[in-house]
Amino acid sequence: MQRSNTYVLVFTAIMTVVIGGILSFTSQVLAPAQKKSVELDTKQSILGAVMTLEKGDDALAIYSTRIKSMVVDIDGNLIDKNRKGNPIVAEEVNILKNYKMDAGKREYPVYQYMNENDPTQIEAYILPLYGAGLWNAIYGYVALEKDLNTIKGVSFGHVQETPGLGARIDSKEIQVRYQGKTIFDESGNLVSVVMLKGEKKNPSLFGTHEVDGMSGSTLTAKGLNAMVKDYLTCYESFIKKNQHQ
Amino acid sequence: MSTETLEQPVVKAPSESIFSKRRRRFVMDPLDDDNPVTIQVLGICSALAVTVKMEPTLIMSIAVVFVIVFANLIISLIRNLVPGRIRIIVQLGVIATLVTVVSEVLKAYNYPMFKVLGAFVGLIITNCIVMGRLEAFAMGNKAWDSILDGMGSGFGYAWVILAVAFFRELFGSGTVFDFPVFEAIGLPNFPMNGLMVDSIGAFMILGIIIWVQRARNGYVEN
Repeated sequence: MQRSNTYVLVFTAIMTVVIGGILSFTSQVLAPAQKKSVELDTKQSILGAVMTLEKGDDALAIYSTRIKSMVVDIDGNLIDKNRKGNPIVAEEVNILKNYKMDAGKREYPVYQYMNENDPTQIEAYILPLYGAGLWNAIYGYVALEKDLNTIKGVSFGHVQETPGLGARIDSKEIQVRYQGKTIFDESGNLVSVVMLKGEKKNPSLFGTHEVDGMSGSTLTAKGLNAMVKDYLTCYESFIKKNQHQ
Repeated sequence: MSTETLEQPVVKAPSESIFSKRRRRFVMDPLDDDNPVTIQVLGICSALAVTVKMEPTLIMSIAVVFVIVFANLIISLIRNLVPGRIRIIVQLGVIATLVTVVSEVLKAYNYPMFKVLGAFVGLIITNCIVMGRLEAFAMGNKAWDSILDGMGSGFGYAWVILAVAFFRELFGSGTVFDFPVFEAIGLPNFPMNGLMVDSIGAFMILGIIIWVQRARNGYVEN
């Protein structure tokens, strides 16, 4: 049946209003739950750099007792206000937004992992990372021991690396390879830790600044190396300041 | 001539049972003889993308069944109001709304799955099965029939992608729903097949399923 143009227009207008209403209602109702999910996810991945969370662990509770966070600038100085002049919360600093900015203007969160028995003792520093993999963004956290040289652990994530190849960076198997490596050489120069090409699966073959590669994903590894190096460089002032305390 | 007037029984059509034979076919046909994936070859894209592991596949199946059933229902209810000239846009609007709601709910209550499925939930909008059913069925049939039809196509899609995911996860990662099967049966060194983790593995398994099904049903493409 051919309807008049007026009918079509009125129908469309009503449909638009109804659909728009449903969608904004859903979005409003679910917003608090979504915010909580995102928060939980962020805290889980921060903790993931220093510990293995089991199913059923209350990540939020562990986080609130073990992590003390702060934000520094490129020179390693503490900042307490964000760009709008409001008090800054490290967990709310958007790493992606900062990544797109000039390195000198970024806000750099530092998550301090405190000792379980003595909450005034810092056990590790967890620093966020962000960079480009082969197909899309990669990100993660690197945890440094309190000497700010030895890597305690890392956790990496990716948006879209090749499954089975580059996507393996999010597996524990790859991440444990970083444990115990150091980021400074003997004379105190930042050399970072480099993932090599090829996969030998023999940990004894690698130096203190090298880790085994992932077979078939040299380009993801290249992005990974650049990301780790870039961010460690940005945090270098902070690291140097706190190493000598 | 008899003056007796035969009382004519009032012929009242017996109301059709809600699970009559005709209606059962709406659900049963797409499961096998008229399967959307293996026979109509629709929805292949997501059948490849989300079937590396069972858990995301299950979530995806639930999402697709939900969207297809409700889209069928809504379109069927408003089918006589929808102007023919813009019916495709209306269908798309309904599907997109349902998909967005699913995606938002997932983000709120199962964030890890939201991250895994990410774009693919959004891509249910372009899943040809959903729009195909709206245009071919819901636009011309009553509400209950449309719900059954949606369930048929939804479950038809679901069992195929779950079957694909089962074999991909089993041989690609050695697990089913993240439960280490080979370790449990005492074969901890069973070699994993990297091909299964890749989309190529999905093509192969889908091909085998189609082959088995057609050999069994004697279906021939003409």
